Amino acid sequence: MNVGHAILLFLIFPGFLFTAVLGLLVSWLDRKVTARVQWRVGPPFYQGFADFFKLLGKETIIPVGASRLAFLGSPLMGVAAVTLASTILIAGMVWPNQSFAGDLIVVFYLLAIPSLAIIIGGAASKNALASLGSSREMKLVLSYELPLILAILVPVIQSGGRLRIGELVQYQMEHGSFAWSLSGVIALLVCIMCLQGKLGLVPFDQAEAETEIMGGALVEYSGAPLAMFKLAKAMMLVAMPVFILAVLWGGLGNTTSSFILGIIKYLVLIVLVTLIRNTNPRVRIDHVMKFFWGLVSAFAVLAVILAVLGV
Amino acid sequence: MSLLLKALAKSPWIFHASSGSCNNCDIEILDLLTPRFDVERFGALLVGSARHADALLVTGAMNRKSAKRIRTVYEQMAKPCLVIAFGACALGQGIFRDSYAMTVPLDEIIPVDVYIPGCPPKPEAMIAGIVKGLEKLKGL
Repeated sequence: MNVGHAILLFLIFPGFLFTAVLGLLVSWLDRKVTARVQWRVGPPFYQGFADFFKLLGKETIIPVGASRLAFLGSPLMGVAAVTLASTILIAGMVWPNQSFAGDLIVVFYLLAIPSLAIIIGGAASKNALASLGSSREMKLVLSYELPLILAILVPVIQSGGRLRIGELVQYQMEHGSFAWSLSGVIALLVCIMCLQGKLGLVPFDQAEAETEIMGGALVEYSGAPLAMFKLAKAMMLVAMPVFILAVLWGGLGNTTSSFILGIIKYLVLIVLVTLIRNTNPRVRIDHVMKFFWGLVSAFAVLAVILAVLGV
Repeated sequence: MSLLLKALAKSPWIFHASSGSCNNCDIEILDLLTPRFDVERFGALLVGSARHADALLVTGAMNRKSAKRIRTVYEQMAKPCLVIAFGACALGQGIFRDSYAMTVPLDEIIPVDVYIPGCPPKPEAMIAGIVKGLEKLKGL
């Protein structure tokens, strides 16, 4: 793979442009489904793009006493990380032979960086509410990473220690998706819970609680940096469900029907997340930790044990 | 710039600041988010932080405590932005005009773009006011 080809992958397909456009469309789907649940009409399909371009045109305010580099750098870090993650992920799914050894671990770490960007940005903005939001985001990350990594271990164990996304996808093409075994189903449910936390949606939106700490970690952001955070968030709506889809729930397969089935599975994940966020209240941050480290982690450990036993 | 202004008119995020209102206007604003009126059709959202907002919606009669804070909130907003004076009190201090606690009407503190009269204004009047404000913004 030469440099030009890699840049093309990173910037156009499946990297920045593809993920951003799809993410903004999916963020519209999220708002539309929310509106329909509440018996409203909801925004038009281009709403995500209108919000993004509007924020680009607004004034960028840097608070007095804020760390300039961290304040402006962290949104770019978030977007760059999620772009790279979705590039490796979707490329590994579409061209399974080209992925490199250990890219599962790389993608897993890259998907944690947008949350770190929110923590750094909030802490750099010299605002009491922002630092409160940062500390909550930190606790949230600590909470969901443990069960998520345990759940991702399940397909690795079932496939006999494969750590390449391409190999996992190919293994599922030959043997059927991991989610059709008992340990796979439990891992999938754990992943959906962690997905909700990772996307920062209600009931796990403590870091950005608008009605409580006024936007939390993002309270001081305006203009283009805010647009970058919103874009990173929209792109996570692509990267994170696709990650679960690829490693655990069959990927896109190699026939037309399995491709369509893969798209439907992705939409099911998105709509499920939206419905969960519309039917639950925000919980307290210590309850989040108790929930993820208690119940969800217990199920994740159970799934790992079952996978070792080969169930 | 025109694309950005067009996008601004399609996604007005509103920050609501109360300057000592009787809470009637504040409750009426929430009507706009209900299924009957649903301003999210036009991309409007209520946001939690003044930094994110494109329109500052002020209710209440500007008492001594809140008048200078309304000015601070206006200064904290990212420009370009709209200021909407909402309800009889924000327009001309309404029935609280002669109170010892009052300062001056809103438009003597910060520049106001749209006036929405009423006590409280009807939801239709609010939508008409917001649309007028967006038209004004497009003509900038």
